[in-house]
Amino acid sequence: MKGFRSIAMFVCGFVLLGTANAGAVLDAVKKRDAVRCGVSSGVAGFSSLGSDGQWRGLDVAVCRAVAAAVLGSAKKVEFTPLSSQQRFAALQAGQIDILSRNTTWTLSRDAGLNAHFTAITYYDGQGILMHKRFGVKSAKELNGAEICVQSGTTNEKNLSTYLGTQGIKAKAIVYDNFEAAYKAFFSGRCQAFSTDVSALIGLKTSQSGQPDDYVVLPEIFSKEPLGPAVQRGDDEFFAIVKWVVFAMIEAEELGVGKENLEQAMAGKNPAVQRLLGGAEDLGKPLGLPKDWVVKVLQQVGNYGEVFDANLGKQSPLKLERGLNALWTQGGLMYAPPLR
Amino acid sequence: MNFEFLNDPAGFGLSEGWLQIAFDSPYWHVLLAGLLNTLKVALPALIISTLLGLFIGLGQLVRHPLLRALCKGYVNLFRNVPLLLQLLAIYFAITQFFPIASQAWSLGDSFFFSKSGLAMPAWGGDTPVRGRFSIEGGWVLSPEYLAVLLALVVYTAAFIAEVVRAGIQAVKPGMRQGALALGLNNSQVNRHVVLPLALRVMVPSLSNQYLNLLKNASLGVAVGYPELVSVANTAINQSGKAVECVLIILVTYALLSAVASGLMNLLNTRVNRGAL
Amino acid sequence: MNRILWVVLPVLLAPLVWALLDWAVFNAVFVPNLQACQQAAGQGACWGVVAEKWRVILFGRYPLEEQWRAGIVLVLWSVLLFATAARVFKARHGFMAWSLVLPASAVLLATGAPTNLWGGLPLTLILSTVGFGLAFPLAVLLALGRQSSNTWVRSVCTAYIELLRALPLVTVLFLAAFVLPLWLPTGVLGEGLDLFTRVLLTIALFSAAYLAEVLRGGLQAVPQGQGMAAKALGLNAFQRNMLVVLPQAIRACLPSLTNSFVTLFKECSLVSIVALFELTGALSLALAGDVLWRSFYLEGYLFIGLVYWAYCFGLSKTVK
Repeated sequence: MKGFRSIAMFVCGFVLLGTANAGAVLDAVKKRDAVRCGVSSGVAGFSSLGSDGQWRGLDVAVCRAVAAAVLGSAKKVEFTPLSSQQRFAALQAGQIDILSRNTTWTLSRDAGLNAHFTAITYYDGQGILMHKRFGVKSAKELNGAEICVQSGTTNEKNLSTYLGTQGIKAKAIVYDNFEAAYKAFFSGRCQAFSTDVSALIGLKTSQSGQPDDYVVLPEIFSKEPLGPAVQRGDDEFFAIVKWVVFAMIEAEELGVGKENLEQAMAGKNPAVQRLLGGAEDLGKPLGLPKDWVVKVLQQVGNYGEVFDANLGKQSPLKLERGLNALWTQGGLMYAPPLR
Repeated sequence: MNFEFLNDPAGFGLSEGWLQIAFDSPYWHVLLAGLLNTLKVALPALIISTLLGLFIGLGQLVRHPLLRALCKGYVNLFRNVPLLLQLLAIYFAITQFFPIASQAWSLGDSFFFSKSGLAMPAWGGDTPVRGRFSIEGGWVLSPEYLAVLLALVVYTAAFIAEVVRAGIQAVKPGMRQGALALGLNNSQVNRHVVLPLALRVMVPSLSNQYLNLLKNASLGVAVGYPELVSVANTAINQSGKAVECVLIILVTYALLSAVASGLMNLLNTRVNRGAL
Repeated sequence: MNRILWVVLPVLLAPLVWALLDWAVFNAVFVPNLQACQQAAGQGACWGVVAEKWRVILFGRYPLEEQWRAGIVLVLWSVLLFATAARVFKARHGFMAWSLVLPASAVLLATGAPTNLWGGLPLTLILSTVGFGLAFPLAVLLALGRQSSNTWVRSVCTAYIELLRALPLVTVLFLAAFVLPLWLPTGVLGEGLDLFTRVLLTIALFSAAYLAEVLRGGLQAVPQGQGMAAKALGLNAFQRNMLVVLPQAIRACLPSLTNSFVTLFKECSLVSIVALFELTGALSLALAGDVLWRSFYLEGYLFIGLVYWAYCFGLSKTVK
């Protein structure tokens, strides 16, 4: 009898502990009434601080969308700029709720660093940026060149593997942090710079002063799926972030966005109605209000709108959708059904 | 806390160093390379800063007012500006004002100065040549290395100059006069009387400065010179093992300091031989 | 030799000095005008970059509208610091002045912005002064403990002092930045200690080791007779130390204490490596992201070099 009681207490305690854990981040977010978002200190198009003190970018939009869904307002976000060295430590230590910092989803990070990647917001690849003065048309001509790259990132490893397998005898000059690496490139210390293509174009546009003097070499040599990560241990928060991203993609697929939200809400399309919280309550399983998708679309927009504003046609970067187009248009953006 | 990760492949490389690092080199190998890089910059810095400090310290004591003022000015300037700032400024100057590698300044045909550093002929006869993109071959001192070396030298020399000055001024004038009275000429007095006595005062302070220089080499992390702290920093980011890596840095520096203190203690004993 | 120097040195120096003056003063641009600066590039210094960016350089990320608070703290603390170093007040008055100013400034700054936004020169002042103030009592305990007859106390104190003096400040700051948050998870103290507090405590713990060594020298300068006489008068250990031995020890090593403070002031620049934007870090905040003004980084470095130099040289001059 005694044994049974202690086992029962143990199980109860375990269950209570389990439920106490699941939701720790979400509870803290609700109590604090703000989402703490770890971003970069300035990557054009993904997260950068404007001179008006406002953060902008794709990664920033994801955090704002989560805040809109959970707390009702996209303004309730606290941004913390983090270097690559600090990003996982900050997530592990619980200093941020979401790491939205154009971080590549890899096995070692997902499994080893206590980071739980939620969804892919941008399919990127790695490339090489050079000044046109060298007249280089392909990466295969880079024998003897010095290529700046950030150390301890997938970029460094991919570059080294690529150079090794292609037999290109270039030297990788590694820097601790991203800023030092691209500053060294733009100051002329190295002749080339390698990182994700989206970042290359962003840097070319915002950091060089003469974007037309620089060219991204045609070879793309890695898979860099970028997306937000949360800390392991809170399954509810994990699900929320994941489905916020999927909702934004699904909204674009269904043709609903910030611009035509009113008409869509008044419309008759059952899929749209379900998404916007008309017929089914998609919020209840996630612990969110019924109209969470409406709030997200109203205050942030659907994936296409966010892409265009930060990375595409309406931004200085003018990136093509490419792999980031909807699956119906030849790209990889495919949201599981929201029902 | 477990240290097994040290045998796992590190997955990142270093731009320079005496040890060759491949991507599958284990963490301990990469950390060792970092330690060697620390020594690679600290040891030459020790020697050069001592020489420079000696020169400037003595310069504060000559009779020529302009030289004296210059040396005093040097000391007052470089002792009162943080080392980090000096390091960043020197690194900036090198990467900003030197030409790009394909347009390097050359001294003769074998020494090339550029943003990619200083290229010089290697011991084995490998001479640097201009390539399409940069200087190929030879022995290259990277701008990061040069910046750390120069900053350490300039900063520590200012302190060593003060130590030298204080040491020489601590020798009682009576000693000097007594030696002169005994018939020794000026240079003999300096070599056999003033110098040994001054050394007794200088060595403890000098050892302090050397230990400081060793610790200050850790600032290489600020300009991307891959010394121990910088490498451990990247290792923390890669492996997630913050506690273990920081512990490794702490233990290594404690050991380095202990060795350096021990050596300086030996020197101290030698210098005080025959002291009353 | 003297005569050769009289000729050679001025000949070598004069063109250098002239070129320097030319660059720094005569051809320099003092207004925050980008075109003028770019035209003068190479021939004249662009001090306009300081005129343009001084607010970010001096105050870091502290919000623009609230910078008056940081300005007040800056002026007040600088004045108080120089006054204390020059021993304008008696010890008691100085103590009272600081105990009033410290909490008042903390409140003033905290109501303007959370600590992760504090930066620039006020941050340097706060970290070094408060760090020194926190380190001092600990250093006293360590120095006394090192002399204690109790072996255990003596070895612990000696170990602490020797260990922390063997380590570079950068590595200890890494401890504070990376390791401490893992050991003090967010649940423990509300949201956990913020980076500023952790770094401040680390600086205090680190300086305490160095200060303890300085105090040891001061304690050794106090004649043994003082302690014995105090004991004979019936004072217990605490009173003996506080009223008789320590005041004399501190007076004996005051110059070294001031030197230690100046060293600490310079070392605070290292917190830029762990992403606290004191003066050196604030400069990179101001210029690194700005493509247009970035070419005038050198003038920025010279400006903050001048600021540091003014404080350090000034403080070391109060040591007489």
